[in-house]
Order: sequence, then C-alpha cells, then structure tokens
Amino acid sequence: MSLLNITNLHAAVDESEILKGISLTVNAGEVHAIMGPNGSGKSTLAQVLAGHPAYEVTQGTVTLEGEDLLDMEAEERAWAGVFLAFQYPVEIPGVTNAYFLRMAYNEVRKARGLDELDPMEFLDLLEEKLKVVEWGPEIMERAVNFGFSGGEKKRNEILQMAVLEPKLAILDETDSGLDIDALRIVADGVNKLRSPERAIILVTHYQRLLDYIVPDFVHVLAGGKIVKSGGKELALELEAKGYEWLTGIPEAAAV
Amino acid sequence: MTTIAAVPPFAELLDAPRPAEPAWLAARRAAAAERFAAVGVPSSRDEDWRFTPVSAIANTAWTAPGVSPEVTAADIARFRLSTGSLAVLVDGRFAPDLSELPAGVTASSLHAAISEGNAELESHLGLVAPIAMSPFVALSLATFTDGVVLHLAEGTTLATPLEVMHLTTTAAEGALIAPRVFVTAGTGARGAILEQFVSLADTLHVTNAVTELVLAPESWVEHVRVQRESEQAWHLGFTHAEQATASHYRSFALSLGAKLARHNLHARLGGEQVETLMYGLYLTRDSQLADTHSAIFHDQPNCNSWEVYKGVLDDTSRAVFNGKVFVQPIAQKTDAKQTNRNLLLSDTARVDTKPQLEIFADDVKCTHGATVGRLNDLQRYYLQTRGIGGRTAQELLIWAFAAEVLTEVTIAPVRAAIEQIVRNRLDEMLG
Ligand SMILES: Nc1ncnc2c1ncn2[C@@H]1O[C@H](COP(=O)(O)OP(=O)(O)OP(=O)(O)O)[C@@H](O)[C@H]1O
Ligand SMILES: [Mg+2]
Repeated sequence: MSLLNITNLHAAVDESEILKGISLTVNAGEVHAIMGPNGSGKSTLAQVLAGHPAYEVTQGTVTLEGEDLLDMEAEERAWAGVFLAFQYPVEIPGVTNAYFLRMAYNEVRKARGLDELDPMEFLDLLEEKLKVVEWGPEIMERAVNFGFSGGEKKRNEILQMAVLEPKLAILDETDSGLDIDALRIVADGVNKLRSPERAIILVTHYQRLLDYIVPDFVHVLAGGKIVKSGGKELALELEAKGYEWLTGIPEAAAV
Repeated sequence: MTTIAAVPPFAELLDAPRPAEPAWLAARRAAAAERFAAVGVPSSRDEDWRFTPVSAIANTAWTAPGVSPEVTAADIARFRLSTGSLAVLVDGRFAPDLSELPAGVTASSLHAAISEGNAELESHLGLVAPIAMSPFVALSLATFTDGVVLHLAEGTTLATPLEVMHLTTTAAEGALIAPRVFVTAGTGARGAILEQFVSLADTLHVTNAVTELVLAPESWVEHVRVQRESEQAWHLGFTHAEQATASHYRSFALSLGAKLARHNLHARLGGEQVETLMYGLYLTRDSQLADTHSAIFHDQPNCNSWEVYKGVLDDTSRAVFNGKVFVQPIAQKTDAKQTNRNLLLSDTARVDTKPQLEIFADDVKCTHGATVGRLNDLQRYYLQTRGIGGRTAQELLIWAFAAEVLTEVTIAPVRAAIEQIVRNRLDEMLG
C-alpha cells in the first residue's frame, strides 16, 4: 500500500477552483519535488493535505496508509503522521518554543497511545533534535517564531519536523529566504530525516535545494494540475528552459 | 456622634452606634456621611459609571454582617498566596485567631490602632483616598468598622509578603462590608502586600473596600490584589497610593469574582523619580462585569508610569477599562505608557475601553493603546498542524495572551499561586 494516495483532487477557496484534478502517489522512502510557477497551487495542495479549513475539497480523495485523510481534522492528520513546514510559519507570542514543542510532541504521543515525556525527559530529546538543525538551546526560550528572522523561522520548522518524526513531511519552500549556510543546514537536517519509513514532498522553486536533497520524482504543477512528472533530471530541464514550454503561457503572464 | 439624614439603603449602617472614637475620626466620618448623603449612589448618567450599572445597589437595605460562623485555619489555607504573615478579616472584622502576625511585623486591626491612638492614621486615614474619589469612598469612611493597618519600617526589607485576606462567610448575605486597609512604607522600606478578597459562601453582599497606601521616599512596595469573591456579590474597591520622591509602587490586580466588580486604582506621584507600575488581568464569564478605572497623577517632573491591563471575556460578560493619566504643567520629562488588551471568547461579550490622557506639560512621552480581539484562527490552525487541537490549542493561546502580565508578579511562589488561579478559571471557562 502506498503511503499517500491523491486521486483527482479538486479544491476551491471562496468558490474559485484552485486545484483542478491532482493525482499523485507517494510511497514510503520516496522524496518528491513539486515545482511550478507562482500561483499554480503548490501551497494550496500542501495546505489541503495539512487540513487548512479555508480550502474546500470539491472532488477527489486523499488517503494516508489507506485512511481517508480528508475526513480528519488538522490535528488528527498530525497524529496520523502528516507534517507541513509552512511557507510562512506563524508567530505565537507568549508561548515559548520549548513549551510548544513539548506540548506538540506529547499531544502526538498521547494520540498514538504512547507515554508523555516530562519537561526533563523532553529536554534530553530536544538536545538531540537541536543537533539536526545545528542550533543551541537559546532559541528554546523565545516565543514561537516571534521576532525570528525568515531563515530562523524555516529552521524552526525543520526542528519541529525532527521532534514530531512524521511519516509524511511536506516542505513548502523551506529553502526560500535561507542564506547559503542555512540552506546547507536545513538540507542536511532533511537528509538526516530521510528514511525508508518516511516520505517527503518538497515544494521548491530552485534546483539549488535539489542538489542537496536529491528527489526521486519531480512534478510540475501549473494551473492547478500536474502537467509533467519525471525524475530528478526534470528539475534541471526546468532550470534551463523555464515553465513556458510546459504551460504554454509566457513566464511573465503566469505570475 | 453626628446624626444626619441617611440614605435609606444604608441607613442602618450610617446610623449604627459606634464605640467612642477620637474627635478627628468622628469629624471625618461626619463629613463623609454628609458627602454621601449629597451625592448618593452613582447612576449611569454619571460619566464615571456610564457602563457600570450600580444604581440597583440602592434598592436594598443593606445590613451589617451577622454573626460569622466559625472559620478555621483549614478553611482558609486553600486561598493563601504565600506562607508569610497573614491578617484575616472575616466579614470585615479582624480575626486575630486566624491571623499570623509574627513579632516584628507591624500589623494590627484598624479598630485597635484607632483606639490606641496612631499618629499616622490621624494624619492620613480617609485623606489619602479622599471622599471626593467616589461616593463609595465617602460611604466607606462613614461606615467602616474595622480593617488592617500595616507598616513597613524605615530602611527595612520584608522577607516574606504581608497577606491580607478579606473573607466573607454565609453571614455576609444581605450585608455591606466596608473593610479598610491602611499601609505606610517608611523611607527606604521594601516589601510586598498581598490583598485578597475571597468568599466561603455564594452570598449576595456588597464589599466596599478602600485601601490607602503612603509611600515614603525611596520605598518600594509591591501590591498584589486578587478579587475572587462570590459571583453574586457587588465588589467596589478603591485603592490610592500616595508616592513620595523616588518611591516605587507596583500593583498587580487580578479580578475574577463578583457579579459586578469595580476597582479604582489611583496613584499620585508627589515627588521626582517616582515609578508607578500597574498591571492587571480580568477574567469574566456569564454576565459578570469587571470595571477598572485607573488614575495616575503625574504631579512632579521626571517620573515614569507604566500600565498594562489585559482581559479575557466569555459569554455575555462585560469589561470596562478607563485609564486616566494627568500630567501637570510642571511634570516635565514624564514617561507614561498605558496598554489595555482584550480577548473576546464569545460574540456576546463586550468591552468598553477608553484611555483618558490629560497632558499639560510639553516635554513628555505619553502613549496609550487599546485592543479588542478574538483568538487568531491562523495561530489555531498552526497549532493543530502540530497535533495541538481543539480546546488544548484554545487554552494555550488564551494562556499565552494572559500570562504576559502574570510574569510581572515578582515573587515566584506568589506568581505560581496566581498562575494556578488563572489556569483553574480558564479551565472552568472552557468547560
Ligand atoms: N486563502 C486564499 N484565498 C484566496 N485565494 C487564494 C487563497 N489561497 C490561495 N489562493 C489563490 O490560489 C492560487 C494558488 O495559490 P498558491 O499559494 O497555492 O500558489 P503557489 O503555487 O504556492 O505559489 P508561490 O510559488 O507563489 O508560493 C493563487 O492565485 C492564490 O492567490
Ligand atoms: Mg506557495
């Protein structure tokens, strides 16, 4: 059984259709890259999978390990193993990163019938996870994403992913806004989490990231549909030719 | 004793026979009674009470509290905020058996202090919080029978806070209780006063409490006030701090009890280099109303005041916030900042918030801001995607909103006790 199965997915926001029939199968252990012009629906797809209430699924099915994903609340999807690294991570003033991470970890553990960790036990776990993103403990006492730089926010998403150990990680432009060192750290972090039990969907605009995290498949999303799928060499082709040869729309007009 | 034409609902209290009192007090009481007779209970036409309907208080003939049932140390243990000294007032009467006032702590019953003769009281009682502050302050001075006097001696630092517990019992039903607390801090004295209003029974009563604080130069006083009275009760509270040069007054007020709670918190900055900090949190539910009227009188130059009040409102509850800041022409280099932020948990809760800055000096920094908002959907969704759903997410976000002001309570165990009170209430509110 495949890990994720998307069949003919249509989704709309405020009655305007954004996803227009997406089908995609992702198996455990695979890394899929999703590329495509601005506004083509990449983040929408990511958010629909994560359970954003603003998007209405009008047609199609999505299953995770055979279970109907669309029937679950966002938190139930997290418990089931879905993780979305946001393109624009949300600031939560007044809640420390440490508290937030422990709460998230324990809520997921609880839902899976596992023991919760007390603050001291969690600290040990956190120490290990911080290594994944090459961070010191200072960041833990700051409020979640509050006043973080763009790069710090992205790194914090990867830290959360490392703590929650999802089955399906969707990374929405986690590479955007990162300097070269941070990009390497984030990519290394993702690579450390690559495993035969886990699948990763990378939404990106840049080949640069795919040099670090080599995908098994590359898909091009345009106008709410997957217009082309291929291996890692497709990304290189896109880098060279742009999207126009696939979409028929001149680059400028697609923005 | 002077007899005046009493306002009927308070006749019994105003005309009650009183033990012999010093002439200065009798005169002040008479003036207060006269003032109250002239102004009466405020109506909604009164600008200061526009959103806070108290006229119904005048529909009941309030009595003095009856004989209180026995209260044991075990009954009050659960309310304590600290392990320091404790002065307990049961239905407004000082309870020596429940109080723990170790030697060296200067605290006593107000009634006793008056009988013994106390120069500080003679120069200040009823004058720090003047009868013009509110009709209810006049009523308090005219009717009070007891209270607590606390003194922080010059140059000393209190090791543990002084806790004053105002406790009501079943005997409070139908009664008006008028406790007064009088605090003096000598030059350079430092200490914390914890004042609490709690109920053992769900009675309908009026608490009309006045607290006067006199801060000598360079004194440092933290004043924590927790109001969690019976949700049937009327709570009227008036606090005035009179601050001398380089004194520091920091107030934290938590309001979660009473059907209607009003707190006037005034500070007069009567010397230079004075610092006044006012923090507060109100949590309201059902049809509760919590009203804070603060007033900061910048009478001298080079002083700072800083005020942050937050509120979380559910159901059809209401909150009123009015923050007055007066900066006199001579009060140059005043730095005053005021913030009031409200979080509504229901569509039917309402907040009336109004800053009122009257600035007559030109070289000052005065800012204010007020917000009324709801839980942020995007933050909620973000938490959900991390496995934190439903009520847990809601509670976390409300806590995040409220906890900021709680961190301003400087004494760790007291802060922890207050955090627990807030957590418990939020728990109940989210049901
Ligand atoms: N909540 C929303 N309300 C209204 N329109 C939306 C909403 N979300 C997405 N859209 C619209 O749907 C389209 C697809 O947006 P989406 O964010 O999925 O694009 P994207 O492929 O992620 O683009 P980018 O590369 O710029 O991140 C856009 O036209 C966008 O304006
Ligand atoms: Mg996007």
